[in-house]
Amino acid sequence: MSFRSRFCSLASAGRRRLQLGRRAVIALPMLWLSLFFLLPFALVLKISLSEARISVPPYAPLADYVDGTLRILIDFGNYLFLLGDSLYAAAYWGSVKIALTATLVCLLLGYPMAYAMARMRPRWQLVLMLLVMLPSWTSFLIRIYAWMGILSNSGLANQLLLGLGIIDAPLRLLNTQFAVVVGIVYAYLPFMVLPLYAHLLRLDPTLLEAAADLGSRRVNTFLKVTLPLSAGGIMAGCMLVFIPAVGEFVIPELLGGPDTLMIGKVLWEEFFLNRDWPVAAALATVMLALLLIPLALFHRYQSRELET
Amino acid sequence: MRRRPSFSGAMLILGLVFLYLPMAVLVVYSFNASSLVTVWAGFSTQWYAELLHDEQILAAVWTSLRVAFFAASAAVCLGTLAALVMTRFARFRGKTVLASMVTAPLVMPDVLIGLSLLLLFVQMAALTGWPADRGMMTIWIAHTTFGSAYVAVVVAARLREMDRSIEEAAMDLGSPPARTFFAITLPIISPALAAGWLLAFTLSLDDLVIASFVSGPGANTLPMVVFSSVRLGVSPKINALATLVILAVSLATFVAWYIMRRREKKRRAARRMSG
Repeated sequence: MSFRSRFCSLASAGRRRLQLGRRAVIALPMLWLSLFFLLPFALVLKISLSEARISVPPYAPLADYVDGTLRILIDFGNYLFLLGDSLYAAAYWGSVKIALTATLVCLLLGYPMAYAMARMRPRWQLVLMLLVMLPSWTSFLIRIYAWMGILSNSGLANQLLLGLGIIDAPLRLLNTQFAVVVGIVYAYLPFMVLPLYAHLLRLDPTLLEAAADLGSRRVNTFLKVTLPLSAGGIMAGCMLVFIPAVGEFVIPELLGGPDTLMIGKVLWEEFFLNRDWPVAAALATVMLALLLIPLALFHRYQSRELET
Repeated sequence: MRRRPSFSGAMLILGLVFLYLPMAVLVVYSFNASSLVTVWAGFSTQWYAELLHDEQILAAVWTSLRVAFFAASAAVCLGTLAALVMTRFARFRGKTVLASMVTAPLVMPDVLIGLSLLLLFVQMAALTGWPADRGMMTIWIAHTTFGSAYVAVVVAARLREMDRSIEEAAMDLGSPPARTFFAITLPIISPALAAGWLLAFTLSLDDLVIASFVSGPGANTLPMVVFSSVRLGVSPKINALATLVILAVSLATFVAWYIMRRREKKRRAARRMSG
């Protein structure tokens, strides 16, 4: 074998090893996430089409062999059941309404916060970013629990209102839709502020100066320059609040009352209390379908962030 | 910079008061002598003493810490690989699928992740006999999965902004990709790995919904124990626990801030010396 051909075969062996290494690096996260994130959703769809029955696990198989022939049982009964009971439609509508309200409040409060942060000196920016994020690193459950004490009939909010003479008798604040919205805003506000802040930081201040030099009023500059240029941050922040808020369970369970119907709570009760796995799976499938468009919007924004 | 009160500045202060007031109330009432959380009856540390003698809570803390440690460690490995693939690898079939599997867990409602994973574990057990019973192992798998998505986003951000010319120089001098990664890239992105690990760790410690779905009898994490207690109403023992959690997170954040500030100072000093 000539030197040249031996060199070439060595190089191709090296390249093959490189290809192998490349494939392994791709395969590991790909396989893990496919198995433990993607495949489970296919199973949810599958089980939503099967019949509930009292067994372990509590649903009928979709396909089985009876006398040597394959029988496939697809049952849309769970979806018909969801359609038949107005409770479920009300729960979906209630979730979307509460999540939208909370997202809007988060945006109205979070945007000025992010705006003020982006205009500070760099050293203060880091401190403020840590201050905004710190609550989200403590326990979510405990932060919602804090509001149970504040909003209760003898709680701080009522004591304050009574003391100021605004009301004569304690208001019912806990176990209302109002409490649920407050809880969602409180829990998710940091996730609204962070992407807005990142976007406003990248905003070129010379654009604002140019607008001012050309005689634009501050409100006009804000509406025509700042707001459009931070649209990506608004989108990301709103999706980071809205999507998880629709499926929220802990907040309506602890702060909501009998009149707060939210789909995450209904799903939890179907699963843990009624032990009706197929109906819970059908509820999950419909929730996922409802969230597909918001998820796609979020993904488009996020992949732009990841690749550029 | 102009220093005059502005609308956005006032909103920032209002927002911070809104974020911190409820936590301050929790801390204050943890030292309340009365068992009623809303009436002040003098200073006392009795709830801390009771907390430290609560076997159930202590066992749950230990379970949660172990799960969180192993989940965060596995999530850093998986998430870093995913971040590398997304930022350094040429386009290939399936890259979009991987990207959506990394971004979706960031916003996916917990009830959906929890229910779907439980159904997977039940089916796997029926088909292969594994996992025979659900508990710490299944919680670990669930937390590793969503933790790795968060790690991937944090690490990818660092990989994108770091100077690629050093990596390219090493490769031009004949260093194979794996060696370049361990000798050059890894040391540079290590702060992002630490940040990702801490994020995955706190997310795992905090998760109630997913753990409730995929756990079995016997494995109770801290949020599961706290939830079953909180459901029955407010209790000062939970306030004491909350105070300890807030204290730990604040200390860790302060240390992180201090390290970041010192590094920034050093960098500035080095720039002055060379310039």
